[in-house]
Amino acid sequence: MTEKKFSKKHEWVLLEGDIATVGITKHATELLGDIVFAEVPEAGKSVEKEGQAAVVESTKAASDVYSPISGEITEGNKTIVDDPSSINADPEGASWFFKLKIKDKGEINSLMSKDEYEKFCKENPN
Amino acid sequence: MKRVIMETQKTALYQIHKNLGAKFVPFAGYEMPIQYKDGIVKEHISTRTYAGFFDVSHMGQFFLEGDETLTEALEKIIPADLKSLRINHSKYSFLLNNDGGIIDDLIVTKTEKGFCIILNAACKENDINQILRFLGKNHKHLLNNDLSLIALQGPKSVEILDKLIPGVSSLKFMTGSNFNYDNEKLYITRSGYTGEDGFEISISNKKVEKLIKFLISKEVKPIGLGARDTLRLEAGLCLYGHDLNEKINPVEANLKWAIAKKRKEVGGFNGWDKIKNVLTNGSEKIRVGIKPEGKVIARENTQIYSTDDNKIGLVTSGTFGPSVNAPVAMGYVNSNYAKVGTLIKLEVRGKKYGGKISELPFYKKSYVK
Repeated sequence: MTEKKFSKKHEWVLLEGDIATVGITKHATELLGDIVFAEVPEAGKSVEKEGQAAVVESTKAASDVYSPISGEITEGNKTIVDDPSSINADPEGASWFFKLKIKDKGEINSLMSKDEYEKFCKENPN
Repeated sequence: MKRVIMETQKTALYQIHKNLGAKFVPFAGYEMPIQYKDGIVKEHISTRTYAGFFDVSHMGQFFLEGDETLTEALEKIIPADLKSLRINHSKYSFLLNNDGGIIDDLIVTKTEKGFCIILNAACKENDINQILRFLGKNHKHLLNNDLSLIALQGPKSVEILDKLIPGVSSLKFMTGSNFNYDNEKLYITRSGYTGEDGFEISISNKKVEKLIKFLISKEVKPIGLGARDTLRLEAGLCLYGHDLNEKINPVEANLKWAIAKKRKEVGGFNGWDKIKNVLTNGSEKIRVGIKPEGKVIARENTQIYSTDDNKIGLVTSGTFGPSVNAPVAMGYVNSNYAKVGTLIKLEVRGKKYGGKISELPFYKKSYVK
């Protein structure tokens, strides 16, 4: 399965085998504004579904990034830590936050498809 | 509990902001733009490199008229040397309470008939009540809500504004004058709160749209409260309600330069006993600049520790400074740790990061004196 899934907290997940890549959505970056700081988890850390996993800060405020799925972190994206503004440039591509080895593939079913997420954003503009 | 539902106010430029793609936030009872389409960083940079305009019409433009007894009355609550202030000259000062705490920070300008005081939006009602306590029956006062206030800031401001209103280029920093524009009198001071050269233009609500359209035609960008905050913080300037409040006196705020020399010697204003004491003996805490190590942002209320882990203070403003290209902060520390270069620790999300006490401003000003 190579289709992105989306959470209500504006994260995306791309599952390839049992490795999920997680980032924040373009919509989230538009709400945040200019991103100036990012903190990503170290490999080996366990994260729960909807648990706090990373941090992103814009000029305006700090926000937590949650993992939409539980598992063990395999990699944090150091590129976005070194250049936080790259998150604004390519949030749903090169500027992913972390990868994790998932625990329960079933968890992904509770997430939204792209269409559902777009509808969700329209209904919840903030 | 009684609930008072107050309608948020809008400035005369509300629709213009909307058309320019503003994102609004409630601020001091007003719907104000926090940013426009470009976003905070671009707005910040365009102010530093070209020019930007800010709608600061939510601030109070308070006019006072009277004879020398008015000056005497105001000097009881404002520690500036108002008696020596020349017509069309401005000073940064404060309203002080009986403990020397800052009720508000302000700019006071001597006018032909008295004074004009620019007050922070969130404080203006209380400020006026505090000032009125000292006024006599022969003193006239008016909070003029028919006027907008536009700040034009940045290195190109003078060139641009002089095209529309010839003569503004001859104003020196912290002075003002009356000018004519579109058959109307307006008052312009060379001042601002960004660390850049620029002007504050007091103009009727009816004419302000025309002025803004001219500025936009000259490629001047609209700047929201977000970039106003990053600009003033890089310039080391205080934001009332964050870096200043009623429990902080000007000595602690590292603003004793703003108390006139004569007033420091003679006193005669609210809180003089307290201020005299801290001027002589020093204060326990003092406002400093802080540079966090690396990219971590130390926001308001971040705890400050010494390198041996004693709590020594609190951050009152902190963000990422786009022109410094690093995080910057201000806060209050125990005076023993206030020396520039002192190493400190900052607790962010439960983890301690390094930092050091820095000189203010973070960004060098370029005022025209």
